[in-house]
Amino acid sequence: MLEVVGFLGDGLWSAIQPQNLLLIVIGVTLGLFIGAMPGLGSVNGVAILLPITFLVPPASAIIFLAAIYYGAMYGGAISSITLGIPGASTAVATTFDGRPLALQGKARLALVTAAIASFIGGTVANLLFTGFAPLLASVALSFGPPEIFALMLLAFATFVGLGGDDIPKTLFSICIGLVLAAVGFDQISGEPRLIFGGISGFMHGINFLVLAIGVYGIGEMLWTIDSTRGKITSTEAKMTVKGAVSDAKLGMKRGWKGTAIGSFLGFFVGILPAAGATPGSLMAYGVTKLTSKNPEEFGKGHPGGVAAPEAANNSASTGSMLPMLTLGIPGSPTTAILLGGMVIWGLTPGPRLFVDQPDFVWGLIGSFYISNIFALIVNLSFIPVFIWMLRMPFTILAAMIFVLSVVGGYAATRDMHDVWLMLGFGFAAFMMRKLDYPLAPAVLAIVLGPIAEPTLRQSLLLSSGDPSIFLTRPIAGPITVIAVILILLPLFKYVWQRKRRLDESAG
Amino acid sequence: MRRAELIMAGVLALFSIYLMWKSAELEVGFISGEGPGGGAWPFWLSAIMLVCTGVIAYNGIRRKSPPSQSDEPLLDRYGWKMLLEVGGGIFGFIALIDIVSMYGAMCIFLVYYLKFLGRHTWRLTMMFAIVTPVVFFFFFEGLMRITMPKGLPFTEPLFNILYELIY
Repeated sequence: MLEVVGFLGDGLWSAIQPQNLLLIVIGVTLGLFIGAMPGLGSVNGVAILLPITFLVPPASAIIFLAAIYYGAMYGGAISSITLGIPGASTAVATTFDGRPLALQGKARLALVTAAIASFIGGTVANLLFTGFAPLLASVALSFGPPEIFALMLLAFATFVGLGGDDIPKTLFSICIGLVLAAVGFDQISGEPRLIFGGISGFMHGINFLVLAIGVYGIGEMLWTIDSTRGKITSTEAKMTVKGAVSDAKLGMKRGWKGTAIGSFLGFFVGILPAAGATPGSLMAYGVTKLTSKNPEEFGKGHPGGVAAPEAANNSASTGSMLPMLTLGIPGSPTTAILLGGMVIWGLTPGPRLFVDQPDFVWGLIGSFYISNIFALIVNLSFIPVFIWMLRMPFTILAAMIFVLSVVGGYAATRDMHDVWLMLGFGFAAFMMRKLDYPLAPAVLAIVLGPIAEPTLRQSLLLSSGDPSIFLTRPIAGPITVIAVILILLPLFKYVWQRKRRLDESAG
Repeated sequence: MRRAELIMAGVLALFSIYLMWKSAELEVGFISGEGPGGGAWPFWLSAIMLVCTGVIAYNGIRRKSPPSQSDEPLLDRYGWKMLLEVGGGIFGFIALIDIVSMYGAMCIFLVYYLKFLGRHTWRLTMMFAIVTPVVFFFFFEGLMRITMPKGLPFTEPLFNILYELIY
C-alpha cells in the first residue's frame, strides 16, 4: 500500500510539471466544448488531436488525450441541460431532469450540481482505480456474455420505471429502440438486415445520435413551442458566486444519494469491457429513482436526476481506462483510440505495463486527479456563459437549437440520409409525445441494443439455446432475478391494486 | 384526441407487422451451432410491439388512457401553423444544404426564422445569420476537420478561398 502511495506521489508530481499541466488545462477546456456540442463527443476530440501528440513525449501525450476525455464528460451535461439535446450518449440521462430544471429557470442549479457530481464521481473512481486496479481487472475478466446481458436486462428493468404509468407505451418505446438498433448489418452473421426500402443509407445502421437529436432537438422543441404557444420566458437567475454556492449546497443536499450511487455504480459498470459510461449513467439514474423517497419527482427536475448520471459517467470513464491499461482491452471507442496511440508510441498495454512502465502509468493516474480538479474549475468558470445563452429570447435559442440539431445530425455520420432520417424521427417524436408515448426509453434502447443483442445470442450459443444460463451462473443469476422482479413489479402493483379495489367494493 | 390515439395505435400496429415481415428475411428461429438467427431479435421484439399496440388500442377504446379521455384535438390551428412554419422551415433548411452548402442553408434558415417567424430586427438577424455560419466553419472545418456539404459546384470558388485560409 505504501508503495502505491509512493508511486501515486511520483505520478502527481509528474502531472503538475509545467508542460503536462498546460496540456491538462488545454485538454480539459477543449474537451468541455467538444463534449458540449451535439453530434461530437470525446471520440472526435481524441481522434482529431492524436497526431498533435507526436510533438510531445508519450506520457504527456496520453495525459493530454485523457484530459480531453475528462473534459468531454463534463461538457456533455451542458447541452443536455441548456439545450435539451444530449451532447453524447453518456449525457442522455442528464436531459431527463436537467432540461426540466432549465425550463424552470434553475439551469444554474443543474449545471453546478452536474459539475460537482462529476468531480466527486471522478475522484471516487480515481481512488478506486489507484487502490484496486489489478484486482478489479480480474473481476472484469470474469464477466462474460451472460453477465453482460443480465446487466443490460437490469438496465432495461430500470427503464420500465422511467416510462411512467403507461406500461404498453413504455414497452413499445423500448422495443422500437431495440429494433432500430438492429438496422444495418447483423453483427454475428454479417448479413444486411432491416434495410427499409432498399435504401443504402440504412446499411450503416441508425446512429443513436440521429434518433436522440431528432427526438430531443426537433421533436421536443416542436412540442415545447406547441404546448407553450411559443411564449416561453426564461426566469434564469444571474450567475453570482453567492448564488452558485447556495446552488451547490442545495444540489448536494438533494443529490448526494444520486452522486454516491452514480460514483460507485458508474465505476463498476465502466470497468466492464462491453459496457462503459453510457449504461453506467443510465443505470445510475434508474437505481437512484427507484431508491428515492420521491420517485415521482424524477423527470420533472430533481437534482438527484442530474447528479446520478453525471457522477456515473465521469466515474465510468476513469473505470473504462482500467481494462485498457491492465488488459489491453478498450472499454469504449475513445479508449480504443487511446490504445492505438499507446501502441504507436511504443507502449504495450497489459498486466506488464504497471511493472515495465510505472512512470507512464502512474503519471497518467496522477493526471486523472489533476484533470478532475481543473475540469471542475474550467466548467464552473464557463457556467456564466452557458447561463447567458439561456437568457436569449426563445425564438433565437430555438433557431440555434435547430441549427445545432441539423449540423450535429450531419456531423455524427457525414451522411445527408441521416439528417433526413433525423427530421423524420423529430416529426414522429412530436406526434408520439402529444399522445403520451415516452421516448426516453427508445433512445436508451437504441444505445444499449448493440450490446444486449450480441451478448444474448452469444450466451444462447454457449448454452445451446438453454435460457437458464442467465439464472445458473453465479454472477448473472442474481442480476437476472433482480431484473425480472423489477420488470414484473408494475404487474404485481396492478394486480394488487385491482384486488384492493375489489375488496373495497365488496366490503 | 381519442381518435388520434386509436389511429396512431393502428399505424404503429401496421408498422410492427411490416417490421416482423422485414425481419423474417433472415432466419427467426434458433440455428443449431450458430445460435438465434439474424432475424430473431427484431422479429420477436416487433411481435411484442404488435401486442402492445393492441393493448394501447384497447385502453383507447375503453377510455383508460389520458389522451383517449381528452376532447382536445391532437393539433389545433396554432399547432398546425407551427408545424408548417417551424417544421417546414427545418425541412427547407435541410433541402437547401445540397444546393447552397450547409453554411448557406444555415444563413437562409436563420434569416427566415429570426426575421419572419421571430420578428426580430434586421440588424440582429443579419448578425446571427452571418456570424453563426462563420463560427461553425472555423470550428468544424478548421479545428475538428469535419467537412460539411458544399452544395452545388457554383459554391466552389468561395470554399477554395476559405480553405486557403484554414489550411
